Amino acid sequence: MRYHPLSDADREAMLAAIGVADIEALYADAPASTLLTSPLDLPPHKSEMEVERVLSRLAARNVAAGRVPFFVGAGAYKHHVPASVDHLVQRSEFLTSYTPYQPEISQGTLQYLFEFQTQVALLTGMEVANASMYDGSTATAEAVLMAHRLTKRRKALLSGGLHPHYAEVVRTISRLAEDAVADMAPDPRGVEDLIAQIDDTLSCVVVQTPDVFGNLRDLTPIAEACHRHGALLVAVFTEAVSLGLVTPPGAMGADIVVGEGQSIGNALNFGGPYVGLFATRNEFVRQMPGRLAGESVDADGRRSFVLTLSTREQHIRRDKATSNICTNSGLCALAFTIHLTLLGEAGLTKLARLNHANAVALAEMLEKVPGVELLNRTFFNEFTLRVPGDAAAIVETMAAKGVLAGVPVSRLLPGAGLDDLLLVASTEANADEDRAAFVSALKETL
Amino acid sequence: MTGLRFTKDHEYLRLDGDAAVVGITDYAQEQLGDIVFVDLPKVGKKVTKGSELAVIESVKAASEVYAPISGEVVEVNAALGEKPALVNEDPMQGGWLVKLKVDAPGEVEGLMDADAYASFVKTL
Repeated sequence: MRYHPLSDADREAMLAAIGVADIEALYADAPASTLLTSPLDLPPHKSEMEVERVLSRLAARNVAAGRVPFFVGAGAYKHHVPASVDHLVQRSEFLTSYTPYQPEISQGTLQYLFEFQTQVALLTGMEVANASMYDGSTATAEAVLMAHRLTKRRKALLSGGLHPHYAEVVRTISRLAEDAVADMAPDPRGVEDLIAQIDDTLSCVVVQTPDVFGNLRDLTPIAEACHRHGALLVAVFTEAVSLGLVTPPGAMGADIVVGEGQSIGNALNFGGPYVGLFATRNEFVRQMPGRLAGESVDADGRRSFVLTLSTREQHIRRDKATSNICTNSGLCALAFTIHLTLLGEAGLTKLARLNHANAVALAEMLEKVPGVELLNRTFFNEFTLRVPGDAAAIVETMAAKGVLAGVPVSRLLPGAGLDDLLLVASTEANADEDRAAFVSALKETL
Repeated sequence: MTGLRFTKDHEYLRLDGDAAVVGITDYAQEQLGDIVFVDLPKVGKKVTKGSELAVIESVKAASEVYAPISGEVVEVNAALGEKPALVNEDPMQGGWLVKLKVDAPGEVEGLMDADAYASFVKTL
């Protein structure tokens, strides 16, 4: 068909087919107050050059992450992504690829998904991973639903160290599914007693490590307590680089491991699109949501790849599918895989060590600032400071001085009485002069 | 009360006193194609006639198997875990799904016998 705008004759013909006199009659069900009676008040069109000028002016008003010392994290991290990653993902075979239902023409896509899954399984210490979810928060919600299916129970317990946005997504999905959610209070020091809350009614306990306040948590005793009560442990991470250094959740007894993969291969992208990681044990694979690439052999016995176990999915199982996700974050997953492949195992460990060392160096400097207290006993590349005063106001003042200092906890947990807490992240992208700028801007502000 | 009965959903029921073996018919396995997984109920599960008893997954579909009669699951065919294709190869014998302890043998009234089922399949 041709993509011409509709003519008056086309519109008349369609209205006649529907059996209404005019457009007004067609929209009779919509409240009159919601209908436009005159065109929107928009400025007239501009040329490309003029548009560029306007948008550049607007963009210049942002304090962009790449232009200033930057310490913002809380689930989205500014890491260095090698130029080769962006170059490779823009190859048209990758950039325009469609769902690889036909393996005979999709071996490239299927193979990188298979590699991606292998990497995620290795990183998390699990046996099987899917080809990705939308992001860490939706992956967490899917993990809770999966735990409900596996245990035939419908109540989740969320740790007070879980990223509040992730908790919010879990609560939204649970409300729609009429499942129960129990929340622990915000836990900046990572000292909550989760185990005392675990009983036989829970399908799962959701714990993040490093948690949203930066604390590392030992999942082993929590996993044991879960299993004693027939519940599953869902382990969450928002900083995938941490898996290069910390004990993987799978080695601590987690049953489902979910998280955000943005840190590896993906820029901040204004908060999305990101890539959700999802891994579990083999015995649970039939209840896992999402797409799964598997290894097979073709008619000539050559190694090849296919989408597998698709009977879990919507296009086959309809209303009984494990999830209504029928897609994956293909290009972000590819970027993740290319970056991780370039790093290699030793490279990832090195990168993680550098992140940790930078954060330790910064924390030591900040602790010396009068009135500033470091809450964490452990952290990877992000930690929580108690500051004298309102953290949000301090962040604003420092931004005006050209330093993006972090995320005030009040932004994630408004009204929780944690207004004097500041989350500070430091990656390999921070140099000595960034740290020095942070400290001097903070001292000036206080 | 003994004998073989069939449902319109292509389940068969081999009744022997108050025990019954349930599976799917040759016609059903043929329609499903290569069977790759059978999700069987737990022993001890109570089912009512017409409720979901098992799920059979083939390469291109997932289909529910409904209980042809009410009862309690007393045994499931463990061999299907390793070899779900038994349902394709030998649906009436080696590829059985579930053994039930029947609540009310009278419930078989209304199910088809072998001749009636054969005629029914011809109409499809």
